[in-house]
Amino acid sequence: MSKRVVVTGLGVVAPNGVGVPAFLNAIENGVSGLKFMPHFRELNFNCQVCGIPDFQFDDLKNYLSEVAFHGLRGSTIGYAIKAAADAWMDAGNAINTGEIHWETGCVFGNSLADMEIMKRVITHVDMKQSRKLGSKVVEQLMNSGATANITGLLGIGNRVITNSAACATGSQAILMGYEYIKSGTAKRMLVGSNEYIDSYVFSAFDAMRILGRKFNDEPEKASRPMSATACGFVPGSGAAALVLEDLDFALARNATIYAEILGGATNSGGQKKGGSMTAPNSEGVIRCIDAALANAAIDPADIDLISGHLTATMADKMEIENWSKALNRRGEDFPLINSLKSMIGHCLSAAGSIESVAVILQLMHQFVHPNINLEDPNPEITDIVSVNALPTKKVNKEINIAAKANFGFGDVNACLIFSKFKK
Amino acid sequence: MTREDILEELKKVLAHYTPDKETLNSIGPETDFVNDLKINSANMVDIIIEAEERYDIEIDMDSAEKIHNIGSCVDVILEKINEKK
Repeated sequence: MSKRVVVTGLGVVAPNGVGVPAFLNAIENGVSGLKFMPHFRELNFNCQVCGIPDFQFDDLKNYLSEVAFHGLRGSTIGYAIKAAADAWMDAGNAINTGEIHWETGCVFGNSLADMEIMKRVITHVDMKQSRKLGSKVVEQLMNSGATANITGLLGIGNRVITNSAACATGSQAILMGYEYIKSGTAKRMLVGSNEYIDSYVFSAFDAMRILGRKFNDEPEKASRPMSATACGFVPGSGAAALVLEDLDFALARNATIYAEILGGATNSGGQKKGGSMTAPNSEGVIRCIDAALANAAIDPADIDLISGHLTATMADKMEIENWSKALNRRGEDFPLINSLKSMIGHCLSAAGSIESVAVILQLMHQFVHPNINLEDPNPEITDIVSVNALPTKKVNKEINIAAKANFGFGDVNACLIFSKFKK
Repeated sequence: MTREDILEELKKVLAHYTPDKETLNSIGPETDFVNDLKINSANMVDIIIEAEERYDIEIDMDSAEKIHNIGSCVDVILEKINEKK
């Protein structure tokens, strides 16, 4: 019998909740994690709102040895370490044991290495003080910095990969972990992604004029996926991690099983046929969703919930249309769909992993989280799907199968199919 | 500034870099950074930078190469402090 891949551990550092209990409470109650950034106003940014986790860097002392903590500065690596160590311990494992887990691998992704560290390098060099940088810069500047810290802390000895596919990074990391277990390469994979949006990264998106700038004085209303007043996305920071295991391996150690991954797919629209560096080719998206369904061996009618990419831009309508075509479901027949971005903004590379944790929590606790800021659904969207598919309040409902997708710059798509775990 | 003063200061710096606190409490001139204190050799540069900041001295690369153990480290620091005077 083919191997089954299950989720046994979760860790999350999200703008609206650090740690699984806080995050679960936030998504059940539609709590926004977006805040007004006075600094962004001083910098004359158009958008002055951002999602920032309530993360205390010193909290890492509870996880890292003094030697590992000393000189660590980057928030992006800090988020990743916390999410990964929490997931690992949530799965019933210990950190800092001295053991090497040869059967366990890691795929962890991010968009770019730590900008705070990069700024430190630039400042030192420009002041002709590069010799004072010390030895701990490279390990935080390299793209694999988060992965390297995680695998060292947990003693991971199987395949270790840092992936990057813009906003599809997190979903892709989970898919790769799933595939390594499915193929027998690893018994267990720590997967996830991280992102820290500092003012420099933020400015690059702001300059593209694709960020929501109309709600700077009402930050919690700024991210409005699928609404008629959606006016651009709001960047967010954070990380999430999942422990994936071969079912037999998990059962043998009496692990608690949260959910199952039935399958998934990742592809590219080739930046052709309407696809570009920044926009997806619909044909690529539909093929990706169809391939995920086929890989999971499920019928489109079986999907109870879609966790969309849905960033609150003009692309929302196109995304709904693509889901509708891929599933061949529309109107009242369309499944419930939500966007966590309404609460936390768009966490870019971290989006896929944080949103997947939200999906798993919805499967575990049998609810659908609300879309906040959706009092005014876009009529072009309600022409395709019933307004009943766009919950604005928490829905308690039997949810067996959920689809999660993310689409990234470079026309990269990733889609995952999760299910409630059934023996 | 005596050798003992410098040794005590050095212990505070080394605490950030050694996983072996017991050995740190009993260090002497012959204690080796890498073999005895299990310090990652890549971190030697950080120890030198911290010593430079504490004593407002500059330890050039040729002097740094003379540092093999606690004794030679104290020697170099003392030498640089005296050069300043």
